[in-house]
Amino acid sequence: MERRIRFRLNGEWVEVTVKPNELLLNVLREKFGLTGPKYACGIGECGACTVLVDGEPVLACLTLAVDVDGRDVVTIEGLARDGELHPLQKAFLEHGAIQCGYCIPGFIMVAKRLLEENPYPSEEEIREYIRGNICRCTGYVNIVKAIKAAAESLRAGSSSHT
Amino acid sequence: MVKTVVIKPKVDINKVNTHILPVDFEYYEPRTLRELVELLDKLGPSAKILAGGTDLLVQIKQRAVEPKYVVNIKKVRELDFIEDRGDYLAIGAVTRLRAIEKNSLIAEKFTALHEAVRAMAGVQIRNMATIGGNLCNASPAADTAPPLMVFDAELKIVGPGYEKVIPITQFFKGPKKTVLKYNEVLAEIRIPYPKPPTGSAFIKIARTAMDLAKVNVAVALRVDEDDYIRWIRVTLGSVAPTPVRARSVEEELIDKRFSEEIVRKASRLVVNDISPITDIRSTAEYRREVSKVIVRDALLIAYKRVRGV
Repeated sequence: MERRIRFRLNGEWVEVTVKPNELLLNVLREKFGLTGPKYACGIGECGACTVLVDGEPVLACLTLAVDVDGRDVVTIEGLARDGELHPLQKAFLEHGAIQCGYCIPGFIMVAKRLLEENPYPSEEEIREYIRGNICRCTGYVNIVKAIKAAAESLRAGSSSHT
Repeated sequence: MVKTVVIKPKVDINKVNTHILPVDFEYYEPRTLRELVELLDKLGPSAKILAGGTDLLVQIKQRAVEPKYVVNIKKVRELDFIEDRGDYLAIGAVTRLRAIEKNSLIAEKFTALHEAVRAMAGVQIRNMATIGGNLCNASPAADTAPPLMVFDAELKIVGPGYEKVIPITQFFKGPKKTVLKYNEVLAEIRIPYPKPPTGSAFIKIARTAMDLAKVNVAVALRVDEDDYIRWIRVTLGSVAPTPVRARSVEEELIDKRFSEEIVRKASRLVVNDISPITDIRSTAEYRREVSKVIVRDALLIAYKRVRGV
């Protein structure tokens, strides 16, 4: 019982045929070649597969593809504009927040929503917001620093990104 | 004599492929409550309701359930609301945990519920998971159950051609078991506003911020102007087959004058009300000991909230 679904993916409407038991994560990676969202735990513990659906961070590994029919999906690939990285991406690079990098797309997608909800997050609020994301390399210190720095640059309006 | 406890999880997650859903199912998206109930009635017991998916899809990945039909309840928009109805607050069953967390009326009037939701998983899961799903999954560790029980919440259940309202204390039948029949749906949760001045609190002990509770407790109490406790509820999760009221503690404290000393003493009685087991998260012994401590702490916090300090 395959279904034709249509949704906005990184700003453009796309159509794809999926089976009801196909997961959004696998559709994004295998049918659209978007390998930013990562498969890791598969059971909702690690946050590596985080994408935005209708602007809110959710886990693509526990979302049915049919469930995003008609909705708006954004992955890490949708953040750069005209070849320029998003302030969060720049801040992660500048602060050495990336080691192996596997968890980073998830962190950045969560952080993007955090900074929309709260442009002035304290360190505690940042740590609270990213608690659903696991990083096994960095110890989180530079990730938190990067998010703080990105908050500053977004507030300063140094970029057209929102 | 030292007894060695060997804990064997039923499913070894490291030997399960969690990459895909290894089960083919037919998928339905009813748009109204009526359509939903008719569909469940027609499909029979081999249908599973999909809400947030954070429990059901994990269970399917582990092959703990292999449904023939999956019915997505999230498109039933009439079940997604938080509504002030004068005497009580109504929450639709598919309301996301994140919406409950952000609701200022709930934070103010039902503080224990607000704290319970905030303590659950990460923001991604709270954006997905629903309050109805948390209850219907009927985990003994469900964080929303103890606070709803202390506020004497009622549940509206809808079946083919009828609806009924039952107290939440009658809802849970055991781990993963509720009173719901295959063709019945939990539609809404009704929480009566407590008489002021009432204070409440929720405390959870877990291995990490993301994990399920080893023990959780919600309390609510009202004291009169002379500090006598006139109404009190204490409920714990993860220490019995279902969330449980700690009636020994409540009975010991009702109509007594509030003091740290009597709260400390009464909290020890909680062991009479619980029957914890040893599992992968904790031991029965630890759960018993820590229950006393968090019941006491929660009561002291709730009292401070009554007094506004």
